[in-house]
Amino acid sequence: MGAKTALYQEHLNLGAKVVDFAGWDMPLHYGSQVEEHYKVRGDAGMFDVSHMTFVDLKGERVREFLRYLLANNVDRLKSPGRALYTCMLNEQGGVVDDLIVYYFDETYFRMVVNAATHDKDMVWIERHAVIFDVSVTELTDVALLAVQGPEARNKVHDLLSPAQREKAEALAPFNAVESEGFFISRTGYTGEDGYEVMVPADQAVDFWRRLHKIGVHPVGLGARDTLRLEAGMDLYSAEMDEETSPLEAGLKWTVAWEPQDRNFIGRAALEPQYNAIPARKLVGLILDDRGVLRGHQRVIVDGQVVGEVTSGSFSPTLGKAIAFARVPYDVSGQVLVEMRGKQLPARVVKPPFVRHGKACFE
Amino acid sequence: MSNAPSHLKYAKSHEWVELVSDDTYRVGISDHAQDLLGDMVFIELPEVGQALSAQDECAVVESVKAASDVYSPLSGEVVEVNEELVENPDLVNRDAYGDGWLFTVKASDPGELAVLMSADEYIKLSRDDDH
Repeated sequence: MGAKTALYQEHLNLGAKVVDFAGWDMPLHYGSQVEEHYKVRGDAGMFDVSHMTFVDLKGERVREFLRYLLANNVDRLKSPGRALYTCMLNEQGGVVDDLIVYYFDETYFRMVVNAATHDKDMVWIERHAVIFDVSVTELTDVALLAVQGPEARNKVHDLLSPAQREKAEALAPFNAVESEGFFISRTGYTGEDGYEVMVPADQAVDFWRRLHKIGVHPVGLGARDTLRLEAGMDLYSAEMDEETSPLEAGLKWTVAWEPQDRNFIGRAALEPQYNAIPARKLVGLILDDRGVLRGHQRVIVDGQVVGEVTSGSFSPTLGKAIAFARVPYDVSGQVLVEMRGKQLPARVVKPPFVRHGKACFE
Repeated sequence: MSNAPSHLKYAKSHEWVELVSDDTYRVGISDHAQDLLGDMVFIELPEVGQALSAQDECAVVESVKAASDVYSPLSGEVVEVNEELVENPDLVNRDAYGDGWLFTVKASDPGELAVLMSADEYIKLSRDDDH
């Protein structure tokens, strides 16, 4: 028996196959994860992601604290509601977690971090926050519904109050707004447009049912994984972890090196690597043969094992298997991947694989 | 709860067997097996004419979740395979006992049927599986 979100009973009512995810009982799918994937690419789907960790940070020195805690630079956040994707590094330059941080005002920011890393993240954040007199408060009586897909925003708009709707319609990507108890963020993990809407836990069932009633399809964690993979988005613990630098996980763009006088945790360790050619890099793989790329399969070049698949799956949009793999920096063209006793050729590409429902890799 | 029609026989490794005519039997995987595996994405079938011994790995069903070997419940010769599955592997999910059949085998030793399970026995086994 794991922890349950406010929507657990709704998932059961919809026939969800429930699995354990980081100690939470979460829906894997509601019948067919491939169908759910298509719904998000072509229409609108909703995910219960209430298991994620929501942390409010308050204090006079909160911006200074986050400039130090996070590898991306919160000084990029100037207007209220603006969001930033970033890694939180350890002293060795490995990734403690990846997260989204929101700016409200000079004494108030919010972070959304992963469920699977909840305990260590909270310890890490609190340990450093205390030095800056920043208060750390976890939000536990809220639910987060991700509504994603080309029709997602329109459908959410139809359910909002006039005031909420006006504010939501005005949101640019990667911006959020608080209105009448809802925290509406134009973010997601699917490569589609949409919202992540944080609502009070006691309003979650009502909002979920109203979305369902207007044709937003429930989508489980299975499709969430294939959607993010197609969109070329990293998953913590697969593509990066405490032993892996963001520079070797395709996340160099999230490390804000300028200004050079901004000290952040992990900077000193990364400094020698930043302008050097890294030993390894994260690439995309496409399998044109029949078969499915999966995490930990070995990648072979010239008869040598040179790396492994970090995560892989079947791409419903492309009709073939895709993956991320970590390989030496000079690998390109074609590699072999070992699966079920066979070695099959895979093309090395630059993710993302799918943008707005269409193949887009190079 | 997954279903198991009573006119079929079942193997512990989750295949079903249906008598088609005389000594010819159709083989597929159970509803319980497809439910455990989730959406099918590739099906590898045996060759028509291929000789099988009971318990031989003779097909692969690969889903979003995992690849799984299919074992022939009977010895004999493959006389037909379900080519529809190459383009539409999801037939296994939608109709495991009908359009999702895998192959038919001309059995060389119908006595092997005796070691297969009845629907009731199989349902009991798959229930234990769930716990």
